[in-house]
Amino acid sequence: MAGLRCFKGQDLDALGLSSDEWTAIELSLRVSIVAMLVSLPFGIAAAYLLARGRFWGKSILNGVIHLPLILPPVVTGFILLILFGRKGPIGSLLDQYLGIVFSFRWTGAALACGVMGFPLMVRSIRLSIEAVDRKLEEAAGTLGANPAWTFLTVTLPLILPGIIAGMILSFAKAMGEFGATVTFVSNIPGETQTLSSAIYTFTQVPGGDAGAMRLTIVAIVISMAALLASEFLAYLAGRRVDFE
Amino acid sequence: MTLSVDIRHQLGTFSLEAAFTSDGGVTALFGRSGSGKTSVIRIIAGLIRPDHGRISLDGTVLTDTDRRVFLPRHRRRFGYVFQEARLFPHLSVRQNLNYGRWFAPKNERSESFDSVVDLLGIAALLDRRPAKLSGGEKQRVAIGRALLSSPQLLLMDEPLAALDEARKAEILPYLERLRDETKIPIIYVSHSIAEVARLANRVVVMRDGKVETIGPAVDIFSQLSGPLATDRREAGVLLEGRVEEIDIRHNLTVVALKAEKLFVPGRATGVGKTVRVHIPARDVMLATARPEGLSALNILDGEVRDIGMMADGTAEVRVDCGGDTVLARITQFSAERLGLRAGLPIHAIIKTVALEQ
Repeated sequence: MAGLRCFKGQDLDALGLSSDEWTAIELSLRVSIVAMLVSLPFGIAAAYLLARGRFWGKSILNGVIHLPLILPPVVTGFILLILFGRKGPIGSLLDQYLGIVFSFRWTGAALACGVMGFPLMVRSIRLSIEAVDRKLEEAAGTLGANPAWTFLTVTLPLILPGIIAGMILSFAKAMGEFGATVTFVSNIPGETQTLSSAIYTFTQVPGGDAGAMRLTIVAIVISMAALLASEFLAYLAGRRVDFE
Repeated sequence: MTLSVDIRHQLGTFSLEAAFTSDGGVTALFGRSGSGKTSVIRIIAGLIRPDHGRISLDGTVLTDTDRRVFLPRHRRRFGYVFQEARLFPHLSVRQNLNYGRWFAPKNERSESFDSVVDLLGIAALLDRRPAKLSGGEKQRVAIGRALLSSPQLLLMDEPLAALDEARKAEILPYLERLRDETKIPIIYVSHSIAEVARLANRVVVMRDGKVETIGPAVDIFSQLSGPLATDRREAGVLLEGRVEEIDIRHNLTVVALKAEKLFVPGRATGVGKTVRVHIPARDVMLATARPEGLSALNILDGEVRDIGMMADGTAEVRVDCGGDTVLARITQFSAERLGLRAGLPIHAIIKTVALEQ
């Protein structure tokens, strides 16, 4: 187990945090934001397919998307390790052709967090797509908008509150994700040690309680800020989309 | 501009079969609820793909099931005004109006924004959100939005049905201006005799998914009420005449029919204009001798053309008054007592008559 380097007698800054702790916070934010943004287009596409699509295997797709929600996170992490590890079937292809490596990198942590938050994001967006009045899309069609334009100018603005809610859920899930990340990319300070892993590490060493408490407070502040930001964004979007 | 429609479509147990053409002006698709009018207009718009059939506009084939042609809705450029306004809630009135305009080819933008706003009287609403509009205002914006998409054809699916009488009265004059001031042909779906009588040039009467009658509005509305009996109380005739005189003091208009003259309450817009008057069948009495000392202003001389016996004990009598046909609804008992038969000279006493435009 890789621990925080010398947590005792370390210089603390004005906020009472050491540079290693700042690294973990910064990494956690980066991982969560990247996970949220990268999974967004896939989330919208999957939600649209599930809400509107009629195809064979729809319930299988639905099940696969929801797997991370019902499987133990460690299992999800292990599956990611098998598939996306450097020797895994998908991981080796990505490494070879796109130069993207996941194993033991922060990108792997982002992948794990994105996968874990994906079902939450899809559920939220799917519900809002199902609530859209399709008569409005029909009207857009008769006014000359092709299906792509109709989606961009009518459907997308109407589901914006659902998209924002989905993004926040995904972000919050990523901030708290531990099991799958630790299984997939381990707990390497400066590379894959997120806030949650750092807190866990603190609790595993004698006298680490103070550090764990500091990071816990940071986690609470970040989560509250995200929640408030989402409320504000949803308010802005809701004011724009005042339904009849 | 000729739209020709010939389609067959199965909706569950309901089978739809319609064939008609429309060349300019307002063509009304008329019939009671469930007669298939809305399905026909949705098929024309490309919102439903018919099982069999062909739809073309001036030689452009829009749908042809035999040749597997189906032009998608967004490329038909038919303005569609729905029963409920369907304005985009996330856009302002101005953005709603500009929505269709944005997709129309630049060189084919026939209507200018200002003239449409002016025609529909919606200048004061432009910066509001749809949620803040009344039903009548929403529907006017919806009509404007359809017009500004520079449509080749306007499809209106009971645009007034969701509104109360006051709102209907508010919008009807705008629809008349639309008909008179733009060159766009209109297909107008309605089950209201009053609306169709006021707006339509041609009427396609539908019943149980089939076309029952097609013809000019004036002809259709002078037939026995059979095809139009969506609401028996509304049955009546529509006559066309010329304004001969306007009596301002008595607030009356004298309308010259083919042979007779009618005194109609209200003032027409100008002497010499062609107007339509509606005479409800229940407001026409019949007399074998010319009555005297009667308050009714209009007593027309004519002869009985035919008599239709209704199941509810009433009789509908068609009276030919010098080329114009008047419909009277009387009891079968009265018809027998008066000894009515085809060819009998008769006087038609008209209690009420109304100007339609």
